Amino acid sequence: MSSDVMTIQKARTADRPWVESLHEWVTTVDHKRLGILYILYALVFLVIGGIEAIIIRVQLTRPHLDFVSPQVFNRMFTMHGTTMIFFVVMPVLFGFANYLVPLVIGARDMAFPRLNAFSFWLTALGGFLLYFSFLGGNGLYGAGSAPDVGWWAYAPLTSRAFSPGHSSDYWTIALMVSGFGSIGTAINIIATILCMRCPGMKLSRMPLLAWLYLIMAGMVILAISPLTAAQIMLSIDRYLGGHFFDTQAGGSATLWMHFFWIFGHPEVYVLVIPAFAFASEIIPVFSRKPIFGYPVMVGATVCIGFVSMSVWAHHMFTIGMNSYANSFFAITTMAVGVPTGIKIFNWLGTMWGGKIQFKTPMLFCTGFLFQFLIAGLTGIMLGAAPFNWQLSGSYFVVAHFHYVIVGGILFALFAAFYYWYPKITGRMLNESLGKLHFWLFLIGFHLTFDVMHIPGILGMPRRIYTYEPGRGWELWNLIATIGAFVQGIATVIFVMNLIVSYWKGQKAGNDPWDAWTLEWSVSSPPPAYNFASIPTVASRRPLWDQKHPEDPDSRYE
Amino acid sequence: MLGTTRSAKWGAIAGRAMGIFVLLAGILLAAKLCAANPPSDNPVPNIFEPHSTPAESIFRLSLFVLFITGVIFLVVSSLLTYVVVKFRNRVANGAGEPAQVYGSTQIELAWTVIPILIVVVLFLATARVIHAIQDAPRPAAALEVTAVGHQFWWEFRYPGLGIITANELHIPVSDPAHSRPTFLKLLSADTDHSFWVPQLAGKTDLIPNRVNEMWVDPQRTGIYLGQCAQYCGTQHAKMLLQVSVDSPEAFEAWVHAQQQPANRSEKAIAGRRVFEATACVNCHAIGGTGATGRFGPDLTHLISRSTIASGAALNTPENLRLWIQNPDAIKPGSLMPAMKLSDADLDALVRYLETLQ
Repeated sequence: MSSDVMTIQKARTADRPWVESLHEWVTTVDHKRLGILYILYALVFLVIGGIEAIIIRVQLTRPHLDFVSPQVFNRMFTMHGTTMIFFVVMPVLFGFANYLVPLVIGARDMAFPRLNAFSFWLTALGGFLLYFSFLGGNGLYGAGSAPDVGWWAYAPLTSRAFSPGHSSDYWTIALMVSGFGSIGTAINIIATILCMRCPGMKLSRMPLLAWLYLIMAGMVILAISPLTAAQIMLSIDRYLGGHFFDTQAGGSATLWMHFFWIFGHPEVYVLVIPAFAFASEIIPVFSRKPIFGYPVMVGATVCIGFVSMSVWAHHMFTIGMNSYANSFFAITTMAVGVPTGIKIFNWLGTMWGGKIQFKTPMLFCTGFLFQFLIAGLTGIMLGAAPFNWQLSGSYFVVAHFHYVIVGGILFALFAAFYYWYPKITGRMLNESLGKLHFWLFLIGFHLTFDVMHIPGILGMPRRIYTYEPGRGWELWNLIATIGAFVQGIATVIFVMNLIVSYWKGQKAGNDPWDAWTLEWSVSSPPPAYNFASIPTVASRRPLWDQKHPEDPDSRYE
Repeated sequence: MLGTTRSAKWGAIAGRAMGIFVLLAGILLAAKLCAANPPSDNPVPNIFEPHSTPAESIFRLSLFVLFITGVIFLVVSSLLTYVVVKFRNRVANGAGEPAQVYGSTQIELAWTVIPILIVVVLFLATARVIHAIQDAPRPAAALEVTAVGHQFWWEFRYPGLGIITANELHIPVSDPAHSRPTFLKLLSADTDHSFWVPQLAGKTDLIPNRVNEMWVDPQRTGIYLGQCAQYCGTQHAKMLLQVSVDSPEAFEAWVHAQQQPANRSEKAIAGRRVFEATACVNCHAIGGTGATGRFGPDLTHLISRSTIASGAALNTPENLRLWIQNPDAIKPGSLMPAMKLSDADLDALVRYLETLQ
């Protein structure tokens, strides 16, 4: 029946003027198209944020280098951080959520298709506003200027006295607008997962992808709200004579820190939980085994969700909190390590005794496991408050969170791209290019971020546009820059692969990986409204049951 | 500028380079190798080469944490390697799916309880060091210094001694024979800053409208390097910091010299007139003259400092001249304005500043 739908669609799409199809993409409320829009949007910003990273690394290659001015450097690291967090990782994760969540729970669309489109366009507007600051930052006077206050935008740097012009306002409004978009999508994900599951799909039978996105969406609502509140307060300070953060009028710099990190730390888990979701779908399929300890995986993620709401001040160990507060945030921070450790062990348990096929998605997942382990352990070091007094604000921290975001989240995202690209486009990504991409990126990643821990230990603070010679930092910075270029080349290969395979790739068929969740039961790409007849499931792996009627999962659950 | 010779530097780097392949092992190794370096003039502000009690107890805690995390890393990464090698798909395995295992309560319980125990141990060790450093009693003999962070320089006030200086903190050594720790009160005049001299203590932020405290008790004399560790604006990078730990005698001599009023010899009277007649006095103070500005560093004993512009350049007549004429040439974005003086005035002014011993 799905092939009928396909032919109807093909007939309709042929011979249309491009304006009409553009119009269709702009006005679409289809979850799959919006998912693709989110992903493409994030890829564009990935390239922009990557170029900013390269500029930062070139400037730091040698001490006292004059590649860019301090002003430009400060804009670059502010824009790099803001772009990568808010306009690359968030949208790409929402893109995958949009595309996959209805498919894996057997639904025809998201719960609120119009809200979905509205949220995407808000996010898109946010990114546009942020980059428009390059032109409009200083208003009518002089050249443009992007925000240069760091992605935390600590008060009082953002007050009118220290940040004249409008660059900080573009930053504020961009985050506020895209924040509304994120909250809209989060509400949509929650409603979809709770209300739109197909018959038989109890909560205890949902694929982990849906479970983890449910938890992530709940955290988005809790985390983005204080950030939005803080942005509104900052705008009141800047334009309506408020004094929340205006220290020169008695405002509080630490109030902003609390607001920002009460968003900022849960945000880390908002980004990493979908990475866990991808790993939890991909590792079982390529190990040919079901996920090890499904209930514990769900429980551990819920636990991470709760505990991560009470760790924010570990970003503030150096602000002079008393010893009791420091001890409290030290233990909550270390406690997050327990459920996270459980997840790593359960992935290992899934692989144990399997027949692991090292296709590109699984390669990236293995890299994810290894690097996320290290990121977690350096996180424990940073959680030990006194050790943090030495390491925080240094290049050690920069290395740590890039280990989380690049080594963990981005590797899992690359795995997701290789795994679901065939479903989304109907064609496989080129496997040799994929392996080349993996190995090059792995080498570049470790060149840059392994050595980056060392200048931190040797006292190199972050956010400095240049440094003094003779402090033992030169060699490490040089290696880190070389690694950045290797990662850049690998990313170019990846983008080329995405483009070329769209036309030249091998045809995928419905189920190229012999997988077990519902998205693989429909054609690639899935037809409009996904399922001609809504499926009924009896276990966590409906396609396993179909392929192995003699030994279905439903017998054991 | 304060570095050793190039070959010695590369020697030290090569010595540490062994550690980079396995990260955690690398960090441990780097710690050991660095700890073995001669501490002559401390060119590398290495947190694993502590010379003061807070840095020392942090160092011991970090070795403990590194040991535990190192063991976890070795166990888990060996497991991962084993799984990847042992269970990768081979033709010999034949077709068909492997045994479908859904979980095991005992195993999952084990890998929940063991990490909880590890966390408890790590927390107890951490809490002990937090308490030891933050709640340390203040001995009566302690020296009090107030550090004020400015964009982009450090102001140091010694309330008990009546001294105000900038960028180069002088404190006495605190060896077991004469224990004399220094307690720093940390304030900010504008944005957030952070006081970080890695070999003496962890960092503590300087935050406007807030009073923070930290203490150090350096056990050997010498110069210790650090810099601002909290992004504070355009020239955050060149808000450098140095702490000179003096022997008790040298410290007394320094205090005595700093307590003198500024040199008022008539030798450079022309330059003094230039100073007093221009906007210099709006921001800078020179003790015993009409210049009482507090926005910039106190210049009463400018020449007693080895650097200008918060460590951005050596304190030489040529650099001073360039700094007054065009600060952006040394530190673009600093708040010192270009003074646009005539050559004659500039020369006279530099000659005057050179008398401020």
